[in-house]
Amino acid sequence: MQRLVVGAGYGLKDWLAQRITGVVMAVFTLIMFAAALGGAMSSREAWQAFMANGFIRFLSFLFIVSLCYHAWVGVRDIWMDYLNSAALRLFLHVMTLLALVGYAGWAIQIIWRL
Amino acid sequence: MTNATRTVHFKIYRYDPDKDAKPYMQDISVELDSTDRKLLDAMVKLKAKDDSIAFRRSCREGVCGSDAMNINGKNGLACLTAMDSFPEGKPVVLRPLPGLPVIRDLIVDMTQFFKQYHSIKPYLINNDPPPERERLQSPEDREELNGLYECILCACCSTSCPSFWWNPDKFVGPAGLLAAYRFIADTRDQATNERLDNLEDPYRLFRCHTIMNCVDVCPKGLNPTKAIGKIKEMMVRRAI
Repeated sequence: MQRLVVGAGYGLKDWLAQRITGVVMAVFTLIMFAAALGGAMSSREAWQAFMANGFIRFLSFLFIVSLCYHAWVGVRDIWMDYLNSAALRLFLHVMTLLALVGYAGWAIQIIWRL
Repeated sequence: MTNATRTVHFKIYRYDPDKDAKPYMQDISVELDSTDRKLLDAMVKLKAKDDSIAFRRSCREGVCGSDAMNINGKNGLACLTAMDSFPEGKPVVLRPLPGLPVIRDLIVDMTQFFKQYHSIKPYLINNDPPPERERLQSPEDREELNGLYECILCACCSTSCPSFWWNPDKFVGPAGLLAAYRFIADTRDQATNERLDNLEDPYRLFRCHTIMNCVDVCPKGLNPTKAIGKIKEMMVRRAI
């Protein structure tokens, strides 16, 4: 029987980050809706010009990073909630982290190429 | 008032580990008269009819918290649940509080629940020599403790919380966290920092995903989710 250990001494930062990244994603979504209504997605050229704008690049980068951080905390919470094996949790934490970092780089590369 | 009798049907979770291989639901009905207003009144009559049914009860007025159980799928106290709140013609389904080991029938082993409660040090920590009469608080400071000190530890909230079901050994649970905030909020307590340190943990506090089942079932009308939010807010204020 292994002794139960609890008290890792973190959690606040991730909880707060999940809220803040949620707000960032909500704001970005609203901006995209407004841009779509304003005709920024009426043609491929208009869409390309819109996404190539420096400020939109900055925001889309923030969005992707926020999405990945948000997903990291959420998916990690699912592993922590439902899996009892520490070895399995560690494996899935690492896999999730690697996948999200990979996705972030890939998504930014796609969006910045526009 | 007429003393008209009526028959009420029950489906009760039965399990005696000494006799039963596995739990089963027992169908049983009981004649009630007009003075049997609460579920506990009906259960006392049920017990008279079949004395093998086991359940806890004591004060019969929502103060001791002994008769917490799962009533028609929702946790509550038998002594505070009105018989006329049940839909007519349908059996009343009684099960033990979910998520805790069953000792027998509707009696659960509360060890894990109280272990979490004790882990937050549910007592005032103040190392100053006690004054002659009492440690005073301003009325405003005392106001903050309303909605916190009334908890009767019936465990309705913690055993309705999915986060507590999955991690009862690591997550403090709504009852424990409400009690934790009761002492964090107390201006007479001197261990605020230690209490916050003790809860700053991905399991102990941050397993709460604001599901709010605790608020839905609390027979005393308390709001553990709000208390948990205040603990998090205090941690943010402390950190930034």
